Amino acid sequence: MDAATFFIQTMNGIQYGLLLFLVASGLTLIFGIMGVINIAHGSFYMIGAYLAWSLMGWVGNFWIGLVAGVMVALVLGLLLEWLFIRFLYDRDHLQQVLVTYGLILIFSELRSMIWGDDVHSVPIPELLNGSIQITENLAYPIYRLWLSGVCIVIAVLMFLGIQHTRLGMMIRAGESDREMTKALGINIGLIYRFIFALGITLAAFSGMISAPISSVFPGMGSQVLIVSFVVVVIGGLGSIKGAMIAALSVGLIDTFGKVIHLDIFGINIFPEMSGMSIFALMALILTLRPQGLFGREH
Amino acid sequence: MTDALMHVASLHAHYGLSHVIHGVNLEIKPGETVALMGRNGMGKTTLIKCLMGLLPASSGAIRLRGQDIKSLATHSLARRGIAYVPEGRGIFQNLSVKENLLLAARAGFEGRMEWTYDRVLDVFPRLKERLAHGGQQLSGGEQQMLSIGRALLTNPDLLILDEATEGLAPLIARDIWSIIGIVKKSGISSLIVDKNFSALAKISNRSVVMVKGAVVFDDVPTKLIEQPKELKTWLGI
Repeated sequence: MDAATFFIQTMNGIQYGLLLFLVASGLTLIFGIMGVINIAHGSFYMIGAYLAWSLMGWVGNFWIGLVAGVMVALVLGLLLEWLFIRFLYDRDHLQQVLVTYGLILIFSELRSMIWGDDVHSVPIPELLNGSIQITENLAYPIYRLWLSGVCIVIAVLMFLGIQHTRLGMMIRAGESDREMTKALGINIGLIYRFIFALGITLAAFSGMISAPISSVFPGMGSQVLIVSFVVVVIGGLGSIKGAMIAALSVGLIDTFGKVIHLDIFGINIFPEMSGMSIFALMALILTLRPQGLFGREH
Repeated sequence: MTDALMHVASLHAHYGLSHVIHGVNLEIKPGETVALMGRNGMGKTTLIKCLMGLLPASSGAIRLRGQDIKSLATHSLARRGIAYVPEGRGIFQNLSVKENLLLAARAGFEGRMEWTYDRVLDVFPRLKERLAHGGQQLSGGEQQMLSIGRALLTNPDLLILDEATEGLAPLIARDIWSIIGIVKKSGISSLIVDKNFSALAKISNRSVVMVKGAVVFDDVPTKLIEQPKELKTWLGI
């Protein structure tokens, strides 16, 4: 592999990792703070991508479509929390999985009814179309750089928000002792509603901004859900920092797994078995640290 | 009855199928310090959980300033002026001492702001030295001070203290009792559970004794001291 390919693959791996972080952080927040396993999380990624495709196509502008899509996702999140999720906080994980699995089926059917089962593509916005020439024969697409930048900004805002704002304090307090938080006069139900809406909006937003570089297709939700769960498990359930490190590792391993050529005893390991690499990483981490990199011991 | 801050009438409560609170009547007047006593498992903590809205009452009434609050959510009860220092202190382990306090700080029920962050630190100088420490790095006594300071920062009318000095060294416990004295002087009503009968008798206006989920004694502490036989059966003293 030459230096140019290595550079580009590293950038791609980081960009994929950052995008995964956006999806996985919502998943890990919802689990870590509310104790809810939301397996419908990937559906919101899919919904985001379809929203981007239809809204951007409808208004003819990427940015307006993006803002409108975020609004729709937020409202959807608040509504779903009120309709279903708030009844799950005191239930066991099996019941949470059953309800959120039901949501997957409903969303899949609704998607089929509203948008059909075709594969679509979303054009890259004019402003970000093109590449940056890095060396004479090395160029990198501006859109991917922008995407990575957006993910980093959101990640930083999330860290700051949780560590340094009053709302972040309430969230951490609720995570530590739910009853005591209520007893201090904090309406934890409202905070949970906000976190759920925020988490699924992050997933939908990831789907929207990734639409121009991947395609928009029916199964994209389950694909990202599985990888996001791998990220959350490696990073440690509920840990944002863990999700970030795990997402970047998974992004890089997955990306390089597809371009490296490696034969051992005449058996082609990469890229033939690259699909397994992130699961191998997860198995390794689970063996060494069952609670994940930054998970709390139970 | 009308001048009571909190009035509990024929309250019943269940933990699953077991009937734990059997028709409790209790009244707390403004500024009054009430000692809640009884052996372990007699329903003191359960009664407190009902008052805080953390356990639903099966029947009966809980009134605050004459208003029925039985079906209100815990956070609304807290906003109406009830503060809670639970058994085990309830410190947020993942928050610093400063954050534990700031999180709670707000005006009381009628906008009262007697207890501010600075005043709490004046009353609890030990917390001042530990502001940046995490909640899990504190000693038992410091945790209890933090829990009480945090409760005061909500500017309550009623402070509920469950096991006020449990597990604390005698010297630290004495600090806590003097703080309870300061709370009393500032006009806040309190309901205090503790094992130290003499300290409670000294500070409280009334003693309430619970046996098997029911109130068996409710009068001034001096009356209770006059009944050594009952003290032995009810409290094991």
